[in-house]
Amino acid sequence: MVERDHLDLASALEVRGVSRRRFLKYCAAMAAALAMPPAFAHTIARGLQASPRVPLIWLEAQDCAGNSEALLRAEKPTVAEVILDTLSLDHHHLLMAASGKRTEKAIEAVREQFPAGYVVVVEGSIPLADGGVYCMVGGRTFAEMARDVCNGALAVIAVGSCAWDGGLPAASGGLTGAVGVAGWLGDSGVKVINLPGCPLNPGNLTALIVQYLSTGRWPDTDPFGRPLFAYGDTVHQQCESLPHYRAREFVREWGDEGHRKGWCLYQMGCKGPSTNANCSTLKFNGGTSWPVGAGHPCVGCTTPRFWDTMAPFARVGGPLDLPAPTPVDYRTPVPGTPRPGGTAKPGDPTGTPGAAEPGEGAENTPLYVGIGAAVAAGAAGLGGFAALRARNRANPGADQPHEPPAAGPDEGDSQ
Amino acid sequence: MTRIAIDPITRIEGHLRIEVEVDGGTVRDAWSSGTMFRGLENILRGRDPRDAWMLAQRACGVCTTVHALASVRAVEAALGITIPQNAHLVRNLIAGSQFVHDHVVHFYHLHALDWVDVVSATNADPAKTAALQQSLSDWKNNSPTYFQGVLDRLKGFIGTGQLGPFAFGYWGHPAYRLSPEANLLAVAHYLEALEWQRGIVRIHAILGGKNPHPQTYAVGGMALRMANDAPTGLNRTTAGQIASAIAAAKAFVDKVLIPDVAYIAGEYRDWAAYGRGIGNYLVYGDFSDRPGDAASLIFPPGRIIGRDLSKVEPVDQEKIAETVAHSWYSYSSGDQKHPYEGETRPEYTGPNPPYETLADSEAYSWLKAPRYDGRAYEVGPLARVLVAYASGRAEVKAAVDGFLSRTGLGKDALFSTLGRIAARALETQILVNHLQGWLDQLVANMNGGQLQIADSASWQPGSWPAEARGWGAEEAPRGALGHWVVVKNQKIENYQLVVPSTWNGSPRDAGGNRGAWEESLIGTPIADPEQPIEVLRTVHSFDPCMACAVHVFDPTGGASTEIRVV
Repeated sequence: MVERDHLDLASALEVRGVSRRRFLKYCAAMAAALAMPPAFAHTIARGLQASPRVPLIWLEAQDCAGNSEALLRAEKPTVAEVILDTLSLDHHHLLMAASGKRTEKAIEAVREQFPAGYVVVVEGSIPLADGGVYCMVGGRTFAEMARDVCNGALAVIAVGSCAWDGGLPAASGGLTGAVGVAGWLGDSGVKVINLPGCPLNPGNLTALIVQYLSTGRWPDTDPFGRPLFAYGDTVHQQCESLPHYRAREFVREWGDEGHRKGWCLYQMGCKGPSTNANCSTLKFNGGTSWPVGAGHPCVGCTTPRFWDTMAPFARVGGPLDLPAPTPVDYRTPVPGTPRPGGTAKPGDPTGTPGAAEPGEGAENTPLYVGIGAAVAAGAAGLGGFAALRARNRANPGADQPHEPPAAGPDEGDSQ
Repeated sequence: MTRIAIDPITRIEGHLRIEVEVDGGTVRDAWSSGTMFRGLENILRGRDPRDAWMLAQRACGVCTTVHALASVRAVEAALGITIPQNAHLVRNLIAGSQFVHDHVVHFYHLHALDWVDVVSATNADPAKTAALQQSLSDWKNNSPTYFQGVLDRLKGFIGTGQLGPFAFGYWGHPAYRLSPEANLLAVAHYLEALEWQRGIVRIHAILGGKNPHPQTYAVGGMALRMANDAPTGLNRTTAGQIASAIAAAKAFVDKVLIPDVAYIAGEYRDWAAYGRGIGNYLVYGDFSDRPGDAASLIFPPGRIIGRDLSKVEPVDQEKIAETVAHSWYSYSSGDQKHPYEGETRPEYTGPNPPYETLADSEAYSWLKAPRYDGRAYEVGPLARVLVAYASGRAEVKAAVDGFLSRTGLGKDALFSTLGRIAARALETQILVNHLQGWLDQLVANMNGGQLQIADSASWQPGSWPAEARGWGAEEAPRGALGHWVVVKNQKIENYQLVVPSTWNGSPRDAGGNRGAWEESLIGTPIADPEQPIEVLRTVHSFDPCMACAVHVFDPTGGASTEIRVV
């Protein structure tokens, strides 16, 4: 029956201009992206047969549309396949033909025809200060509109770092009371999945959606609501410059010999060792490259509050005044936190960074505050963070640099 | 009497509300409102100026990368740094390919649906569409079989009843004038351009690590790995990949974009009379051969006043100031400020949400109102092309004259909605023709062992003056972009951005003078107030890029005015 099913689907897709070969190739590639065995491609093929297509409502709050643009760069599936074959992109301000009141009609139509049967993507942070006037859509506050729409969703996917923890508008100096999606929805019970990054890598979004469409389940997540398939490892663990890190071969200046040879960017301020993301393996724009590959350090954009905790980004030479990088392995449950894979409930003080927004119970979030503070100041020992440290010490990864590289080449340089 | 508010204006970046007042089927007044505020300028204060580009780049993800460039230029100007030639070439390549990408995406994905009826395309005869394509260019996808495939795909899609992004359009509106065959052609190119755009941005991925938001800028140059034998970054192999991407981009621009724009312009010639706007044009200038080489600028700086192409006035950044008389900000003193002294103090005085209209409010936008010597200006592709044309730049002159003769339009047609679309397409072609030359110079430098990519002499804060300030000027796809930075004690003391859509989308100033979008809407015909597609055409011709909004009204205010939120 499996064969029969996906042959039918393939026939249907051929009507839409997608060849059978291309479709099967796509399913196989998706299975690989999700680290599933090849046979899983059949499950994906069956799942994508679902008709009608699952409606997607994309909402833009305090955003730069960088995640929308990232969607346009998606390769597997491409944005054309997403729009025409995979989902029904019924509301997306950047792309939709409708303007004005008709955009609201598009949402109403989805909710009437698919009550509790649609997925919402939110891009950008949600401003709560001064009654929400810092982001207005159709004469209403975005905050009110978003709560309304999200409450009926199968799940809400927060794309980019702003929708995760407030991002740039919530950085030091911000005045708008910006929070992430989970921070706004609180304990409403809506499933929130976070795909931080600035912007997110679209490959992670399409993999997430395809997994859901094919299995009906959302992927396992870490305590921050980030899928483990994308945020389970640090950038450093799979970095192409890792051999140079081990050999203590560091870039000291843009364009120096080490820079040209692909040496490690740690001395230039790279945050890869303390950043959980799959940039170094997935890469960007169809696997073309990624920041470290091009020659610039990772800035840690998938890390909580990275605009403050990872800044300053500009560093050169040694000795480092960076904190010791502290890799966090979220794949094993931390005592006192939700099990990865369980729902990281919005509003759960240990579950999502959004819950740590100012005035939203930040004092009850030892894990979040602990990590943020430790990354910022190199301190350890706060609340849940100590537990993480302890567990990491008990099972240290061979390549996880707990200390700044010592000795030899670092000494004698002056900042 | 009818008032019409369109909120949100879609197919732009950001949050825009437009209100217009319509009398006798014609727009008599207009209000443009930005309805989102993030406070980037305040967040930049107190940070390391070498980090500014990273934050500033996030001003926009659609015109991604342009704010990073303006930012490093501002800091480099403050610190007196001249970047090496290689960094200059890499920046030209990134910015130039950004223009090409951005303009093509704007035309097909953000603007075309104002002119192209997707539903009408399902009635097309694919053989006739193929004949039309063959008459326009020798683009490879031109067979009846190809267009039959597109038609089948489109019908299959619409047949599911789930129209996705094409739902609730103004399909069937009398203002749509293309034949079903031409509509099918445009739908085919909409889909092709979606595929195409992923290819050209690989140039950014190679030179910047990713797109959106490339990540290889550095104050003093670029943090790009560059050598023929470098394992990643720019090397012999990836230089070849960039050349391939440029060739593919050029083919699409020459054989698809330019012919399509010329054809559609020919079918909508009456739009050369609408959207004329302010008639003042401002350009900072950009794309030189070498750092600081003003003579070689592809787009020279200058101002044109009152559509007078016989004279190009100089640009002096000291004469730029922002007013907030009709914006939701307050100034600690005075009513206008030069960006070096600029302040960003939000003070919302609009109606309590939810609201139906903003036009009755004294202040109605999160945009400030930038003015040059007190005057409102339009910025963008049309301004660049006009200033270069009036300055006698041969390359631009040939492109403009060629387009006018191909379409049979006169020079006066340039000052219009149609002129803006044409200018954008023409500068796309001009820039795509320069990309390979910049790459060739980089390759020659790599072959010759000239590998310097940054000037690190001023990298360490200890080498900086106690106080410095600088202006980073740039031509972004949407127009003249400026960042102003004040550095004090190694930190950012003040930072102000005056972006293209602030010029174009600005509310009224203290003197009551409208911004460019507002002014350009005056006189626009509205066939059906419930479906004001004509407003979208003119507003989109500017390629708005920010959180904004515009109102449409039928006569001014008054108790009898009916407000329609459409």
